[in-house]
Amino acid sequence: MTTRTEPRDRVGAGLFAPGQLLTSLPEALRKLDPRVMVKSPVMFVVWIGSLLTTVFSCAHPGDWFGWTISAWLWLTVVFANLAEAVAEGRGKAQADTLRKAKTDSVARRVDGTVVPGTELRIGDLVVCEAGDVIPGDGDVVEGVASVDESAITGESAPVIRESGGDRSAVTGGTKVLSDRIVIRITAKPGETFIDRMINLVEGAARQKTPNEIALNILLASLTIVFLLACATLPPFAGYAGTHLTMVVLVALLVCLIPTTIGALLSAIGIAGMDRLVQRNVLAMSGRAVEAAGDVSTLLLDKTGTITYGNRRAAAFVPVAGTAEADLADAAQLSSLADETPEGRSVVVLAKERYGLRERQLAGADWIAFTAQTRMSGVDVGGRRVRKGAAGSVIAWVKERGGAVAGDADGIAARISEAGGTPLLVAVEDPDGARVLGVIHLKDVVKDGMRERFGELRRMGIKTVMITGDNPLTAKAIADEGGVDDFLAEATPEDKMALIKREQAGGKLVAMTGDGTNDAPALAQADVGVAMNTGTSAAKEAGNMVDLDSDPTKLIEIVEIGKQLLITRGALTTFSIANDVAKYFAIIPALFAAVYPGLDRLNIMGLSSPDSAILSAVVFNALIIIALVPLSLRGVRYRPVSADRMLRRNLTIYGLGGLIAPFIGIKLIDLLISLIPGL
Amino acid sequence: MSPVLAGVLQLLALVAALALAYVPLGAYMARVYSSDRHWRVERWIYRGIGADPDTEMRWPAYLRSLLAFSAAGVLFLYLLQRLQGVLPGSPGFDSVNPAQSFNTAVSFVTNTNWQSYYGEQTMGHVVQTAGLAVQNFVSAAVGMAVAIALVRGFARSRTGELGNFWSDLVRGTLRILLPGAAIAAVVLVACGVIQNFSGIHEVGQFFHGHGMGAQQWNGGAVASQEAIKELGTNGGGYFNANSAHPFENPTPFTNLFEIFLILVIPFALTRAFGVMVGSVKQGYAVLATMFTIWLGFTALMMWAEFAHHGPALQAAGGAMEGKEVRFGVGSSSIFAVSTTLTSTGAVDSFHSSFTGLGGGVAMLGMMLGEIAPGGTGSGLYGMLIMAVIAVFIAGLMVGRTPEYLGKKIGTREIKLAACYILITPALVLVLTAASMALPTPPHSMLNSGAHGFSEVLYAFTSAANNNGSAFAGLNANTDWYNTMLGIAMLLGRFLPMVFVLALAGSLAGQRPVPVTAGTLRTEKPLFTGLLVGAILVITGLTYFPALALGPLAEGLAS
Repeated sequence: MTTRTEPRDRVGAGLFAPGQLLTSLPEALRKLDPRVMVKSPVMFVVWIGSLLTTVFSCAHPGDWFGWTISAWLWLTVVFANLAEAVAEGRGKAQADTLRKAKTDSVARRVDGTVVPGTELRIGDLVVCEAGDVIPGDGDVVEGVASVDESAITGESAPVIRESGGDRSAVTGGTKVLSDRIVIRITAKPGETFIDRMINLVEGAARQKTPNEIALNILLASLTIVFLLACATLPPFAGYAGTHLTMVVLVALLVCLIPTTIGALLSAIGIAGMDRLVQRNVLAMSGRAVEAAGDVSTLLLDKTGTITYGNRRAAAFVPVAGTAEADLADAAQLSSLADETPEGRSVVVLAKERYGLRERQLAGADWIAFTAQTRMSGVDVGGRRVRKGAAGSVIAWVKERGGAVAGDADGIAARISEAGGTPLLVAVEDPDGARVLGVIHLKDVVKDGMRERFGELRRMGIKTVMITGDNPLTAKAIADEGGVDDFLAEATPEDKMALIKREQAGGKLVAMTGDGTNDAPALAQADVGVAMNTGTSAAKEAGNMVDLDSDPTKLIEIVEIGKQLLITRGALTTFSIANDVAKYFAIIPALFAAVYPGLDRLNIMGLSSPDSAILSAVVFNALIIIALVPLSLRGVRYRPVSADRMLRRNLTIYGLGGLIAPFIGIKLIDLLISLIPGL
Repeated sequence: MSPVLAGVLQLLALVAALALAYVPLGAYMARVYSSDRHWRVERWIYRGIGADPDTEMRWPAYLRSLLAFSAAGVLFLYLLQRLQGVLPGSPGFDSVNPAQSFNTAVSFVTNTNWQSYYGEQTMGHVVQTAGLAVQNFVSAAVGMAVAIALVRGFARSRTGELGNFWSDLVRGTLRILLPGAAIAAVVLVACGVIQNFSGIHEVGQFFHGHGMGAQQWNGGAVASQEAIKELGTNGGGYFNANSAHPFENPTPFTNLFEIFLILVIPFALTRAFGVMVGSVKQGYAVLATMFTIWLGFTALMMWAEFAHHGPALQAAGGAMEGKEVRFGVGSSSIFAVSTTLTSTGAVDSFHSSFTGLGGGVAMLGMMLGEIAPGGTGSGLYGMLIMAVIAVFIAGLMVGRTPEYLGKKIGTREIKLAACYILITPALVLVLTAASMALPTPPHSMLNSGAHGFSEVLYAFTSAANNNGSAFAGLNANTDWYNTMLGIAMLLGRFLPMVFVLALAGSLAGQRPVPVTAGTLRTEKPLFTGLLVGAILVITGLTYFPALALGPLAEGLAS
């Protein structure tokens, strides 16, 4: 047996509690309004069918069969509405939380006038001080403040917002915790970020996506085909010498038209958006979510996405004649008070690799890094340790009449060539001043990124790393991270040109960005994810906003987009495949009386014609409820090639869809036949 | 040799011959439609009809030319029949009545070749050769032109241009059908098919005392008509008995050769398709889909016809009623499946005499939309439409906006494909239901019960799908059937073409999506399997109730 490591599930798991079905029931009943029903052509046909059978049953009040069928047809419609209501209900809870943040705030303009937040205009300058709720979306034009954005991000740690730069955007509804800022309002009341969020999660602004529309067309045409098949049946049956009642015809029709997918289609779409919201990503349109599934090129910023934000010490390379442990000791010593991420990483490396613990040094004189000296270090107990840029450290050693080891330059050059940054470490002690070795600082690729890029490659997605580094450094990181390509020394124009080039080749491009200079590229990209920490220009330009400001999430967004499409396709296949069994239940039931040979099609051995038809209708209704969790959660998605994915889904939803109803209908028939008097 | 073994051996020989012709003919057709050189005779024709063969047409222009050409064809054929009695060249033949003239004109222009008349008794030499035979060529060429336009839609990008209808029409006729038919006619003549312009011969007294009098044998240009009848998947026989008539189809070899002619162009067009879209593998995938269905249906038909029920069938070695002894059950089954899975409709045996299930297989073959391998051209475009539908559903299952051959299947594309698949079921079911519901039309049925229903269902299935074969027994020469079947043929032929060409235009305008590991691989067996499944399930579901009350009720009764 070959052990193949299956990629783990990553997307999935939206919560579904059965209790939601009950709480959503009133909403489901409200949706029985024909003006609402007409939006889903398939379910509208069922709705009309239910009405017809009910009217028919009223005319034949003694016909228990007609009443039972009518009841189950109505249930079919209600179940479909229930699916949608549950999906929407989950968004409503979030919307309510957001609304609380949107309490009526009062805005103080810089000219001293006080107006309600709802009367602000674009361009107004308002002042916010500690304790104020920011009245609307805008950019900080003056001052710096810490802001509590937990109302929208759920993250309780305050963030800094300051004028100028890429951290200037503030969101209405968030709270200033300290200091005073002046904000220029950039969004009209009612169109602020929080308003859009509320609309989004409630599904109020939900528009059908192109793909959903296309699928609806296909489903409508299948519905028409089956409508024809059923509507033309009475003359055929009449010729054969049997009469088909309205109830039976409607039952047959409802069983044949793709009700399963028709009932769940809108729930799938809402749930897909919801899965993004649960990951703190706001998609401004469903179209963007769908486009995410189609993306074939991902532009990823190196820093923060592929590598940790800062360079880290990766190795201590001693010069000839120096022990590595001595170098590590000196390096650690020089960095103990160095609070920069690089400094911390030297201490961490020394501890991890050489077991050197942090120590408290009494009487130590810490030398801080300055732009002039380009060195930092410590003087303690007659020992002076320095670390810093190669030129500065060598100059320092020479100044003190020390010897510079011949290979120090070579080591530093090698590290530079490999894309790293060399930090020379030197010491002056009773033995004199000398260079001990070099700390190799480099960008550290995040754990698991290589595997993720491998998965993306198998999914047919090309990854391009964007970095401001020189090509040498960029290549080293790109190789280590396992990305397919890189763009070094990237300017916003380069980025834009790359996107346009990819798009000209028919590819869809996704990227993340936060700065104002990212805005044109974000707008050009098919999927542009703006970081919430970014500027309002970036947030306007992108079609998604990541509230966590985590660029890695782009990969998950792509997966959610794919999962959405897969769920639709899988349930469509399932729905169509189901019909085969329903025919085998209903056709013999209808016609075996006139053509006894047709009873040979009753391969399920259903107990009576009435029971056969009823079982098919009941199965048809129950399968909707049974599939609600799947449609909300989405079909299991794993990043594998299209071939493997198709084979798997075809087996489960195609073949499974063919077989499942045979079993389901038979079981229901067994139960029905147990009812006495039938 | 047992009849079953004989059938299987003939099947193998047929497959071998088709395989040999596949690559050369397919490549040749791709060259014909891609070449920028005109033959001198073609230039004369273009000058004659006032067409510029080098103008690229967008889909509306392509469609307009096609419809204008076909409308002219219908009108010409109609007048030719109506005036037959007064025109010279057809002594002894009267003018044909309006309903039948309409029906026949539509029938031949739509590549259906439904015949509500007795060929040798109704149509003289002029109508047969100047009218019907000409349409046998050009109606097939029209089908191929539409298929090629769709292929160009897939192959081209960022243009709305689909080629030139006149050039496609003329080249299809002159470079593919005429030479092919000429070679085939020579082979047929060599094997005993007649080719002359002689009149009617009285050949002795038959059925004396039953009012039949003398039997008459017609002469005629039969071999030339026969060749294009099969090669262009037309099916309209010179004689009423069609390919069962010994003058049309004298030996088991000619029978097999005629089946070969029926299938060779539709199968080879998948090669031309593969070459033109730049991937012969894609052509193989479509071929594999067609071949799987064709072989499956042949096996099913043979099983149905060889299945022994009752002493008479056992003695005959299978259901021999309505079949020629010189062909036997096996060869007749292959012919029946091939003629109904293409838009041919020629018959060498009587489909209404097949077993109940065998008749059902023939009907289901047409109901699939005649796409395995289908008519000349119409088979390929029909299959590509089904591929678009299958790609749409399956493509979603790999998590991308579905695409086929690098073209996205979006809202517009699926709308057009959905309209396409609606047309024939609507025509078949609604017109059959009307015929059953109205008081007079059922009188045309010869049989009662399920078989009688099958006669009507078969007639409309055959007409709407442009097949042309019939469940003999139904008297279709009534005003109702002549008119309604004519309408079914017209709409069943040209409405789908509207959607196919619109689709082609929409595809040609797109820019291609590059293939990645995330792309659904449509050249793989998995997709072929999916496509076969989708075709069978979608068609099966549409017609299951109707089939249950006709052939299934008959076939399962025992």
